Amino acid sequence: MGKKGLRIGAFFAIVIALGVLIAQTATDVARDTNLGLDLQGGFEVLYELQPEDGELTQEDIQSTATALNQRVNVLGVSEPAISVEGEDRIRVQLPGVEDQQTARETLGTEAELSFRDINDNLLMTGESLQQGGSQATFNENNEPIVSLTISDGELFGEITTELSQNSYPDNLLVIWLDYEEGMTFEEEAQKEDPAFMSAATVNQTLTTDASITGNFTLEETEFLADILNAGSLPVSLEEVYSNAVGASLGEQALQQTLFAGMIGVALIFLYMIGYYRFMGVIATITLSVYIYLVMIFFNAIQGVLTLPGIAALILGVGMAVDANILTYERIKEELKDGKSMKSAYKAGSRRALGTIIDANITTIIAAAVMFYFGTSAVQGFAVMLIVSILTSFITAVWGARLLLGLWINSRVLNRKYWLFGVKGRDVRGL
Amino acid sequence: MFVDFNMANKNIDLIKHRKKYFSLSIIIVLIGTILLSTVGLNLGIDFESGTRVDIASDAPLTEEEVADHFIQAGGYEPDDITLAGDNNEQASARFIGAMPQEDVTTIQSYFIDEFGEEPSVSTVSPQIGRELAQNAIIATLIAAFGIVIYVAFRFEFLYGVAAVVALLYDAFFVLTMFSIFQLEVNIPFIAAILTVVGYSINDTIVTFDRIRENMKKQDEIKGFDHLAKVVNDSLLQTLTRSINTVLTVLFAAVAIWLLGSSAIMSFAFAIVIGLIAGTYSSLFLAAQLWLVMKHRSLERQKNKPVEAEEY
Repeated sequence: MGKKGLRIGAFFAIVIALGVLIAQTATDVARDTNLGLDLQGGFEVLYELQPEDGELTQEDIQSTATALNQRVNVLGVSEPAISVEGEDRIRVQLPGVEDQQTARETLGTEAELSFRDINDNLLMTGESLQQGGSQATFNENNEPIVSLTISDGELFGEITTELSQNSYPDNLLVIWLDYEEGMTFEEEAQKEDPAFMSAATVNQTLTTDASITGNFTLEETEFLADILNAGSLPVSLEEVYSNAVGASLGEQALQQTLFAGMIGVALIFLYMIGYYRFMGVIATITLSVYIYLVMIFFNAIQGVLTLPGIAALILGVGMAVDANILTYERIKEELKDGKSMKSAYKAGSRRALGTIIDANITTIIAAAVMFYFGTSAVQGFAVMLIVSILTSFITAVWGARLLLGLWINSRVLNRKYWLFGVKGRDVRGL
Repeated sequence: MFVDFNMANKNIDLIKHRKKYFSLSIIIVLIGTILLSTVGLNLGIDFESGTRVDIASDAPLTEEEVADHFIQAGGYEPDDITLAGDNNEQASARFIGAMPQEDVTTIQSYFIDEFGEEPSVSTVSPQIGRELAQNAIIATLIAAFGIVIYVAFRFEFLYGVAAVVALLYDAFFVLTMFSIFQLEVNIPFIAAILTVVGYSINDTIVTFDRIRENMKKQDEIKGFDHLAKVVNDSLLQTLTRSINTVLTVLFAAVAIWLLGSSAIMSFAFAIVIGLIAGTYSSLFLAAQLWLVMKHRSLERQKNKPVEAEEY
């Protein structure tokens, strides 16, 4: 086996090694890909923060984000994303969340607990609760209740002492969740489903222990305890945008899009091989590696794949194919000019590279600007586009050159013009 | 089996009819402006205050059935119902105005009970959609500005101007088509426009790169016909590449348009028409616009010394 065989041997060794690597790890790569909620179902909501009084401080935004984060933990979502947008907005994305309704309620409540008398005078706020001191439990009648631990025992002692001296109904301690101006105990008490949580008679002085009793199910008390432990929000939230995608609809979108993508890529491969023959085969190999690498890099930077991301991937495949086409067209031109295989390959690759670099840098500039100035959907697109273009340099420029170079330098292709899709009669001087 | 689009040696004059191309482009822009300011775009709820509920069923649905379901769910009356899927087993209902959270919950529970699958519900308040669109437009304009600077630096200012005119034209063309067919404009549509912009830049720069290369080979430009020949030759030399590249990207885009999920059909369609517009504009708009501008600037340079003498 001479040098000729060695080069061709190296080519097959590389191709087989890549093939084995991709076959072995492709499923893992696919599994590691974080899917956006448009592809796997889930719930997304954009809140506008509205401070109770005066201005919204940076601290308000941060503590709201933290509180939302704790609530998301209550929901047990695996890949939540909570991001502050602009001056006064927080976007919460919960891909794959199963119970969207609970998610919405859990996030949206201010969890502002207040203790009031029957005339709705504020006696104590939820701030006096001990962090993490709320628990779902049962009372002596085996009814589910939420037990609370009060951190300011002195204040609570005073309140309860005073209340216990009154007679019914003036000795009622009314506990509200998210009390709003204008609500009255008098009115709500008539309703079947009152807005307050509980109204309990106070007969003695209490210091640290209080409980919320009412007609609750165990689930409700657990939910309430979790919410109280997660902490209240310093501001009220207004939903300005929400998007809930059913799991099956998201999955369907992914399946169909993947199938369509595969058909599209298969057509590209067939066309490339049909038109560029041998060079098309090389392009097919490098494009397969390209798609694999893009997904690896995209996962490495913790990218979340969304529909706009798939759009960017299509454009990326297009630009990677374009890099191949530019090079091959140049090589064909040089071959028709009567150059030898080797010098046509060299000159063609070199000349095409300048074009590829300029075209790709221009697109990267556009993508970078979109990333910097854009919001979520635009950013997702830009990230994927940048990753795609950088990867195409590795595969379509360097990889294709390496693989094609091995064959060209082995000289077995010399004068086999038909393998390059060039007709012998078009070659000058032949 | 495959034809070799061997264009470089064929005697085709792409430049001759440039005034027709310019007129065509101007007419399209005019039609687009009229349509967009009268009929406007079919804005999805992403850009208008509203609520959209997507439901999926095992059996085919009809619009009446879906409307009945919404009435049963609690007396809701969708403003618009569209069916999707191979056998109409998917439906989406649109409501004008953002729906309160409680109503969304009611509707979700109803369809989970009826169909066993959670529907998708999105609600948008008007300012968010508008901001998103504005943001995308601003991002695109700043990107265009960045491209002019880069291209002016790497090539020449006039190339940058021509490239940006072409990319803005392409984006506008897609908007016009969406206005004509009244297809729904949603957030993925923005991504489609961005894709078209990205492709348009790529395509135009490749053509310009060849013009630049061929310009370097010329010692002196002798008049308009000479300049036109350089541009024509460059276009013919890159024509095979232009066709092959757009064809391959079209394969992927058309596959997604016809076979992909209904959620991205209008998105893929936008990419398909954008790709065609992008190829057209690189060949017939950008390069030819550059030709006209370059010729004028050369004329001006020639005339300068003469003017100087007069003073």
